[in-house]
Amino acid sequence: MGDSGVALFFMTLLVSTLRKATPLILASLGGFFSEKSGVVNIALEGIMLFGAFVGAVVAQTTQNPWLGVLAAAGVGGAVAAIHATASIWFRANQIVSGLGVNLLAVGATIFLCEVYTGGQRSFMLSVSEKLPRWGPFLPLVYIALLMVPVVYLMVYRTRQGLRLRAVGEHPEAARTMGVDVQMTRFWAVVISGVLAGVAGSFLPFFAGSFAKNMTNGLGYIALGALIFGRWTPWGALAASLLFGSADALQEMLQGRGGVPSQFFQMVPYVLTMVALAGIVGRAIPPRALGIPLRKE
Amino acid sequence: MYHARRSTVSGIALVLVTAAALICIIGCGKKKETEVRQGPGVGMTAGVVLSVGGLGDKSFNDLAHAGLMKAAKDLGIRPVYGQPEQMAEDEKYLRDYAEQGFDLIVGVGFLMKTAVEEVAGEFPESRFAIIDCIVEEPNVASLVFREHEGSFLVGALASMKTRTGKVGFVGGMDSPLIHRFEVGYTEGAKYVNPDTDVFIAYVGSHTGAFHDPVRGKSLAISQFDRGAEVVFHAAGSSGNGVIDAAAERGLYAIGVDANQNYVAPGSVLTSMIKRVDVAVFRTIEEVVHGRFKGGLREFGLADDGVGYALDEHNRDVITPEMLARVEELKRKIVSGEIRVTDYYDTIAPDES
Repeated sequence: MGDSGVALFFMTLLVSTLRKATPLILASLGGFFSEKSGVVNIALEGIMLFGAFVGAVVAQTTQNPWLGVLAAAGVGGAVAAIHATASIWFRANQIVSGLGVNLLAVGATIFLCEVYTGGQRSFMLSVSEKLPRWGPFLPLVYIALLMVPVVYLMVYRTRQGLRLRAVGEHPEAARTMGVDVQMTRFWAVVISGVLAGVAGSFLPFFAGSFAKNMTNGLGYIALGALIFGRWTPWGALAASLLFGSADALQEMLQGRGGVPSQFFQMVPYVLTMVALAGIVGRAIPPRALGIPLRKE
Repeated sequence: MYHARRSTVSGIALVLVTAAALICIIGCGKKKETEVRQGPGVGMTAGVVLSVGGLGDKSFNDLAHAGLMKAAKDLGIRPVYGQPEQMAEDEKYLRDYAEQGFDLIVGVGFLMKTAVEEVAGEFPESRFAIIDCIVEEPNVASLVFREHEGSFLVGALASMKTRTGKVGFVGGMDSPLIHRFEVGYTEGAKYVNPDTDVFIAYVGSHTGAFHDPVRGKSLAISQFDRGAEVVFHAAGSSGNGVIDAAAERGLYAIGVDANQNYVAPGSVLTSMIKRVDVAVFRTIEEVVHGRFKGGLREFGLADDGVGYALDEHNRDVITPEMLARVEELKRKIVSGEIRVTDYYDTIAPDES
């Protein structure tokens, strides 16, 4: 590789990193809302899958990809509402409820895909059904980056944001101050679903097709990015970019130097585990995370 | 404690009820089949258990399904097929079909090897077939293809087409079968031009690698970025992403198993076809006519079991010179003048 070769390599790496990070950024920001309010959200994976499917179907049936994105946001919010209801009012174990959503998503999207296509488990989108590209990227890439400061301002600079943080740290105190803890949490989880739904819709618009279970664990990696980023929007952004670059790098390095493909494929996952094991420093979760509010 | 458990249960119940309602609403719209069948196979049933990628891959599974449906139409058999969610369910489907006394049970794909071995042993009176690998049971017909021969030809075409001397390969699950495509392809590309660079990438090492078009596309983009002008995929529905990338760049993909030239006309240079449909149909036909035998059946270039696709969608991108050259290579392979390396011969027999 000459100088221009190196420059090209890094340009490609940068473009690919941003593309890979986009669904992670959106979903981890979603997770941020939910977890900051005190509700664990491993349902991100399933919500993304619903978003991917509904986004692709609506884009195809209406011939308008933007409606697809909107529909993905809507279905994301609706599915998250199930998780929210179970976790907040029924005080279900939040991991179990989240897993329930994820299992439901795999089954339901396959089933609905078969109904939609007449028995198939994947379908392709034509050019007019995909989002247009703005420069090197799909619009959702810019939207994801823009969402980071927006979410930051919403949560750290507004009254509603203060309430959100309060119910996640000390729900009893928040209740004493007159905050409706349960409704605050409910809306936080719904917003989280909206963002994860949009994150999911990025996948078919990028790949040009929907396929069963096409999220392939991205929701869990997004959750990893949130934790790695210590439950802050900027941290989630940084972690998403790091995971994205590891993944981009493994794709670019594959097949070079006779190293087995598995070696490079493993890199992003090893990184995730290192992050989750907390080697990079202890991350402090919101204090009331995972604990439903007791009745008075 | 009691309270906590009850709330967990009601949480799960809520999710399930919603799911059930959802499925009911949509399921009611499903049509019932009321076809009248005719042919020598009336009263017989063939069951096909599809591979994890599922229908809609425009390739492997769709072909197996097409073969089954052709048998229903031409022979009058009752067609049944199942799409397991995951490998762990393969055996359940196979056993279920055997218990129902189906006349032939077909396992699609090498991932089903142990499941077919197991169930065929349990039901020695039932007839089985498996695609893409060898099961040594007397009641199993093993239908295998000489993928390396077809891949050699599309590799040669790729090498003739690229102006940069670079071509790519995107495999689905990193596994011996897919390496068979890869090795044949590389050999074909280098046969035409020994200096050809062949970039090789795999979607993953898990079965999910056959339905990840996102990664399929980004791997293809990465190879196009490095200068490849043609990328061959052997990756199930992950390959839909490879074709999409080629169409977007104005470059070429090569389809696999089915003729995928129509998926993006002009952007699919050709397809390495593998007549899974023919194999399934012929085996059902044998059962219908009482000629079924267990054992190995190979489909290669000589009997058009594999090959490259030429139709109205790619006639403009394959020049007459390319066509003449690839036809000559085909003749040489069939006559034995060219021996394409079979990846299976290079590894211990157990691994295939």
